[in-house]
Amino acid sequence: MPLTVANIMKPQRDVSPAIALEVSIPSNAAEARRIQDEIEQVLIARQINDRDIFSIKLALEEALVNAIKHGNQMDHLKKIRIAYQLFPDRFEIQITDDGPGFDPGDVPDPTAFENLERPCGRGLMLMRHYMNEVAYNDLGNTVTMSKLFRANPNPSPNGKK
Amino acid sequence: MSSQPRRRRLEVEQIGDVTVVNFVDRKILDDQNIQIIGDQLFGLVENEGFRKLLLNFGNVEYLSSAALGKLITLNKKLHTAGGRLILCNIDPQILEVFEITKLDKVFNIQKEEQAALQAF
Repeated sequence: MPLTVANIMKPQRDVSPAIALEVSIPSNAAEARRIQDEIEQVLIARQINDRDIFSIKLALEEALVNAIKHGNQMDHLKKIRIAYQLFPDRFEIQITDDGPGFDPGDVPDPTAFENLERPCGRGLMLMRHYMNEVAYNDLGNTVTMSKLFRANPNPSPNGKK
Repeated sequence: MSSQPRRRRLEVEQIGDVTVVNFVDRKILDDQNIQIIGDQLFGLVENEGFRKLLLNFGNVEYLSSAALGKLITLNKKLHTAGGRLILCNIDPQILEVFEITKLDKVFNIQKEEQAALQAF
């Protein structure tokens, strides 16, 4: 399915997103950082609670590192397409790289005893822990993640939990 | 891209026979940054010969799984050299990252620096 604003704006639950954005960035850390900072600012401006922001930032970091490193193999000519939407109750993001894709089922369990001391393989696990939904397309080069915001009826004035 | 100057990312202090390391960065992210931090940590073991390393995370608000990879490698290097690694002062949100990945079972993690110093 092509990544168009029309596609990503299809109402999946009930309401239309307050913010929907789609960008394409080159495969480098500085560009990834810029978009991460931008998304963080959007979440802060919406007064999303600290814990959900931490979760989204962490999942986003891991997903973008995967896209740059494993998907696009650090090839600066390859792009990463990012589409995100902020709804009143949740954040959704879709990240697509230009790589050949992978099978998430092939990633060994990093918490298995024999893998505990392996230096890689924890990103996907963290994404799954911190987001409510992490799904890959068939090819395995697009990840869709969503985070439902926790109810935060009385945020304290200093922003702490 | 301009190459960043290779500035020191660690503050290193010797307390008795323990080498206490504080991180300069609040966020341990970005491949390049993690690479530099990893090299500087490995250098403490491989070049300077320190064997009791205490990493104080008091300054760190954020780290990624790539940083965890460097800590695992550091732990292995120290074990091979007959040394020990202890981590302390980890923010609760970051501690959760260690717990999810079960790395809290791999590393010796102490709450405070004082307790950590006594744990060697």
